[in-house]
Amino acid sequence: MKLVDEFRSPQAVRALSERILAKDGTWRFMEVCGTHTMAIARFGLKELLAGKVRFLSGPGCPVCVTSAHDLDLLIAVAGMPGVVLTTFGDMLRVPGSRTSLEQARAKGAEVKIIYSPLEALELAREHRDKQVVMAGVGFETTAPVVAGTLQMAVAEGLDNFYVFSAHKVIPPAMEALLRLGEVRVNGFICPGHVSAIIGTHPYEPIAGGFGVPCVISGFEPVDVLQTVLMLIEMSEAGRPEVRVQYRRGVREDGNPKARAVMDAVFELADAEWRGFGAIPASGLVLRPEYAAHDALKVFDPRVESAEEPAGCSCGDVLRGITEPEDCPLFGSYCTPENPVGPCMVSSEGSCAAAYRYGGREQ
Amino acid sequence: MSEHPADSLVSMAHGAGGEASARLVRDVFMRSFGGAVLGRMEDSARLQLALSAGEKLAMTTDSYVVTPIFFPGGDIGKLAICGTVNDLSMVGARPQYITCGFILEEGFSLDSLERLVASMSATAAEVGVEIVAGDTKVVGRGAADGVFINTAGMGIIPAGVEIAADAARPGDLVAVSGTVGEHGAAILAAREGFRLGEALVSDCAPLWDLVRSLIYAGVRPAVLRDPTRGGLAAVLNEIAAASGVAVRVREADVPLSEAVRGACEILGLDPWFLACEGRMVAFLRPEDGDLFLEICQAHPLGAGAAIIGRVEVERPGRVVLEGAYGQRRPLTMPAGEPLPRIC
Amino acid sequence: MCLAVPMLVERIDGEMAQVRLGDVTRDIAMTLAPEAKVGDYVLVHAGFAIEVVDREYAEETLRLLEQLEGPVYQ
Repeated sequence: MKLVDEFRSPQAVRALSERILAKDGTWRFMEVCGTHTMAIARFGLKELLAGKVRFLSGPGCPVCVTSAHDLDLLIAVAGMPGVVLTTFGDMLRVPGSRTSLEQARAKGAEVKIIYSPLEALELAREHRDKQVVMAGVGFETTAPVVAGTLQMAVAEGLDNFYVFSAHKVIPPAMEALLRLGEVRVNGFICPGHVSAIIGTHPYEPIAGGFGVPCVISGFEPVDVLQTVLMLIEMSEAGRPEVRVQYRRGVREDGNPKARAVMDAVFELADAEWRGFGAIPASGLVLRPEYAAHDALKVFDPRVESAEEPAGCSCGDVLRGITEPEDCPLFGSYCTPENPVGPCMVSSEGSCAAAYRYGGREQ
Repeated sequence: MSEHPADSLVSMAHGAGGEASARLVRDVFMRSFGGAVLGRMEDSARLQLALSAGEKLAMTTDSYVVTPIFFPGGDIGKLAICGTVNDLSMVGARPQYITCGFILEEGFSLDSLERLVASMSATAAEVGVEIVAGDTKVVGRGAADGVFINTAGMGIIPAGVEIAADAARPGDLVAVSGTVGEHGAAILAAREGFRLGEALVSDCAPLWDLVRSLIYAGVRPAVLRDPTRGGLAAVLNEIAAASGVAVRVREADVPLSEAVRGACEILGLDPWFLACEGRMVAFLRPEDGDLFLEICQAHPLGAGAAIIGRVEVERPGRVVLEGAYGQRRPLTMPAGEPLPRIC
Repeated sequence: MCLAVPMLVERIDGEMAQVRLGDVTRDIAMTLAPEAKVGDYVLVHAGFAIEVVDREYAEETLRLLEQLEGPVYQ
């Protein structure tokens, strides 16, 4: 597979890890993005750099940071008569406060797994008698895709296509994390595909204001290792900046076209993050001109307020102050088969990655 | 030629035991299956089965509920015969007889039924296994999903063949007969409508001829297993647990087609959890490794065969995947069905 | 959080395109990366091209890795 296999070359991985291991000191870097968590686990990078670099997982797993309340609302919409809820596979097993979409489906809700929102659009087109709701979960990478799909629906006059937006944006969460002051990191491994959309500028307050180096990284092992080396070299030089390792995918200005589509459909709003609470201007809601396609407005689901499951440390794990294995529920009460908290559900969740790829022995 | 109009559907009458039932059996099932035993249309198949000294009888049963019923590389009928034949083959049994029970949903297309019955018949003929008994029930709309098939299979294990899940020993080689994950990837894409092109095809195939070739060539596999649901990961974990051994697999040695690799990257899936329906995992004494590869690679179903790992002593019950950079991680049992992810 | 894979653009048909990775092909929407041409690689996320891969930078990264002398960034 071109542009994939080259960046998995064992020689390059060996050479890069030797260079990193030869550096003085020890380093703590936070990978903001769940796909990085997954890649680090899958390619054994924690193990390769053990004793030299510690990877801390950040808040960038969208299904993990979706609040139980938002999930309860989504599940309530899924259960309404005539509704087909379309969702990315990641969301299916995530527990809300009482149940999950998977359990709702078992009880009769129509829940359909999709790879692309385009498939949701097709469903709406073919089943005009159904109300097709797209579960909009994800960050700046996914929001333009959902926005673009909604624009197509509007252009076609598909009045039975709706978006339930739980979309969020990343930079405010990174800043909120630093403001909490609980977590000490020498640098951020910044999300490559979010940055393909937003570019490098949104990270400048983090590097400039908080003095934490930021490197926007690709997702293959060679990318992550090169990013680590860049972060170390930047720290050694004492110049916290925003740099791009993933230059093949990220322009300094990001993708203005995608941002324009996202901005045309969504606007910023305060949002509730699992593990963080409310973060100002960190969520994306549909603009008023799309109200007729806004599942929250049209279906107006009501649920009781939600509590996080007792004993679950997902909040601390998401803020990088607890590692999955230190949670009392990890591996015993909470497993991928029977997840208690969201981090155990999505395979990019740090608990699921730790469980599946075995960071520490269980 | 069909006896019924092209767009005919299964109705409740087809299961009521009257004229319509008889017509269905005669025109659809007997027309395709029509062996001597089944042709007697008795309540039970009467079979003459003389075992020689040292031979053993093997029996198995399985149910098939796959969606979609027709998929790239096969259909539920072919799958039912292959699955049953393969279950028998995995203990070294020569498949002799198969029974099949059909549960049809009211409204299912008779044309589709005819097609999948024909494909069962063709697959059974290919293997040389006889369909000796059958049953049909019709349930109301919504009580089943088109068609479900249940089979039972009976086979004879030749004298001297001892293949058992608890027979793996430290030092054994772990081999697969070909690329893995194709059925699982093809079904997921077809069922969910992901449209990933035409290269994603189920590997659905009967393995008896390959197993027979191996046994007759003198390969004495300790364990054979077809990695169906749960894929390679589930099978390796089951064998490690049953035999009380550890298994180490080298990730880079596990054969994968470019279609499965591509689908896994796009959908965020691990190929280790995807089902096969025409592959087997073999645990072999070290001296059998070369012969296993030689026989497999000379067979159309074993062209992609490879040694993928080894049985170890430490930490019995565990399966470890060793990556391209020497990193090791446990390969656990799959948690639920594989789901595509965007994250 | 965002799985995207580089896929080769084989055919463009209005706002849609056929792209390939390995032996897998897929129709995707090009509305977010309308500048992509046949023969380009695009990053595909959830059925949309979200960016055109810059081949020069890809090759530069690989060249850099072959040498691995001096700092790993410029």
